[in-house]
Amino acid sequence: MSIKDKEFVILVGPSGCGKSTVLRMIAGLEDITKGEIFIEDNKVNDIPPKDRDIAMVFQSYALYPHMTVFENMSFGLRLRKFSKENIKDRVQEAAKVLGISELLDRRPKQLSGGQRQRVAMGRAIVRNPKVFLFDEPLSNLDAKMRGQMRIEIKRVHQHLNTTTIYVTHDQVEAMTLADRVVVMKNGKIEQIGSPDEIYNKPATGFVAGFIGSPSMNFISCKIEKSSQGFLAKITDDIFFAIKQDKSKMLSKYANKTLLLGIRPEHISENKQNGALKIEAKLDIVEPLGMETMVYFSINNSQICGKVSPDNTIKNGKVITLYLDSLNFHFIDPKTDIVL
Amino acid sequence: MKNNALYIWLRQKPRIAFFMCLPLILMVLCLIIYPFIYSIFLSMLNKAETKFVGIGNYLFLFKRETFWLVVQQSIFFALVAVFFKALIGFIAAHSINAIPSKGQRKWRGMLLIPWVIPPALSTLGWWWLFEPTYSALNWFLKEISLPAIPWLSETFWARFSIILVNIWVGAPFFLIMYLAALKSIPEDLYEAASIDGANYRQKLYYITLPMMKNIISITILFSIIVTFANFDIVRVLTRGGPIDTTHLFATYAFRVGIESGDIPLGASVSLFMFPILAILAFIILRSVRKRALEV
Repeated sequence: MSIKDKEFVILVGPSGCGKSTVLRMIAGLEDITKGEIFIEDNKVNDIPPKDRDIAMVFQSYALYPHMTVFENMSFGLRLRKFSKENIKDRVQEAAKVLGISELLDRRPKQLSGGQRQRVAMGRAIVRNPKVFLFDEPLSNLDAKMRGQMRIEIKRVHQHLNTTTIYVTHDQVEAMTLADRVVVMKNGKIEQIGSPDEIYNKPATGFVAGFIGSPSMNFISCKIEKSSQGFLAKITDDIFFAIKQDKSKMLSKYANKTLLLGIRPEHISENKQNGALKIEAKLDIVEPLGMETMVYFSINNSQICGKVSPDNTIKNGKVITLYLDSLNFHFIDPKTDIVL
Repeated sequence: MKNNALYIWLRQKPRIAFFMCLPLILMVLCLIIYPFIYSIFLSMLNKAETKFVGIGNYLFLFKRETFWLVVQQSIFFALVAVFFKALIGFIAAHSINAIPSKGQRKWRGMLLIPWVIPPALSTLGWWWLFEPTYSALNWFLKEISLPAIPWLSETFWARFSIILVNIWVGAPFFLIMYLAALKSIPEDLYEAASIDGANYRQKLYYITLPMMKNIISITILFSIIVTFANFDIVRVLTRGGPIDTTHLFATYAFRVGIESGDIPLGASVSLFMFPILAILAFIILRSVRKRALEV
């Protein structure tokens, strides 16, 4: 994996998938048993963190409780023996960017969560490093604050234009902030791509299921050969013909079971060209105001669809829904690869 | 019963709290406040306890050279012993903290032993070791061709010995307090400092010490009080000798009050510790409170 200069890359994955470990290895806080890490053209495997020219923002902020905000932000500069005026200029400049100029004399204890987060970012910014590392920086904030800080981080990145590596398990952060997203699972990279690619062209069933909320539906279906070509059969009543462009790829799965993935927003009451029509008996209806989520079952798997708000839709009602076949993903259940 | 006025009176929260604390309050009254006031009263009597002499006993003490020697010795003993206890405890705590947690338990257990054994008993063991002719220390010195040391019979070495034993007994207390304090410092502060460019020494100076300031102040205060009032080590090793050059306040008070039978004078000696320790406690606790508000 290589990260371009000035790029904003997000590592995302479920807890324990190794994304923080990767970040800590880049920072030099974790030993590397195998493989190599380069920053620019320098191999940094055995270089201590302080000489890697990186700055990191921790999940817990890791502000020094006995120092004021100014001392916290200037600590790295003081250790590096910058001149007093230079330190003052840099800290004030960073404080201005982050809107914390009036907090410089306070101690971390006297700050709110969002302010602490800004100070932690400020501590990273003043050093003007080659790489910013963020380790789940927003997970200790409440939802509203998280939204604000997300915008703040984006703004700061646009302002400073520094290469940034950001770890999160929150896919909204991944989708909104990143130039490129790296989806990880069990210590391995599942897919690297732009947020758009990750969302619309997932490489594996895991990525497809992990990104998107509510997550993608998976229905098992059988591929059968018929006189017109290949058919994907979900039940005896629900089946559709596989398009020419895909039939060649799917031909070797004839008489085998695949998983059909489809996102909730591609199941709606609007009829589209080439959509698969089904009758669904609703188990649960969730009106969210802007839209209504409906849950029903096919083949014993629970399926979620997104329909326009409609007061007449109630639990137990049978409605007609259309599955947008342009957005079907076929997944090989053995290899988890999206075909 | 429920409408009983006494019951209602008793049910009120501050009263319940008071009655629950009563056993402790009584104990403090009987065992601390009463003896303290009584000893102030005693210190103002003559030797036969028949006549009130006011501050006569104190004025008498001020004129005695031995008393000033005891003052000097107590201060010297407490400061030197506490300094080394704190230093050794700090270093040992760091060393243990650096051991992977699996092996830590046995080291912690072993290093705590000197603190757990009753000091009078372990001091007796030291007394044996210090024995000039037949014991291990001088034997060892002889083996490496060094002259034998009169551990307890020469002023310098006698002072050295009681300080050594006091350090040996007291350092584990510092060790365990500092270890707990070290473990409570979040690891990510050190990681942040590494990234900020701090080396080991700078992390110690900028992170560990400030984060441990309070616990260091409190343990040192506590230890100075206990060390200052030490009795058993001196009593077992030197009994204040040679020629009163290792007496501390407590042993000197015992010598004057019990052994020489002048209880009022003994009480005056022991009361001398009080203002010194009270001022010390006040200063350190004030700075701790100030820092607790800051951080």
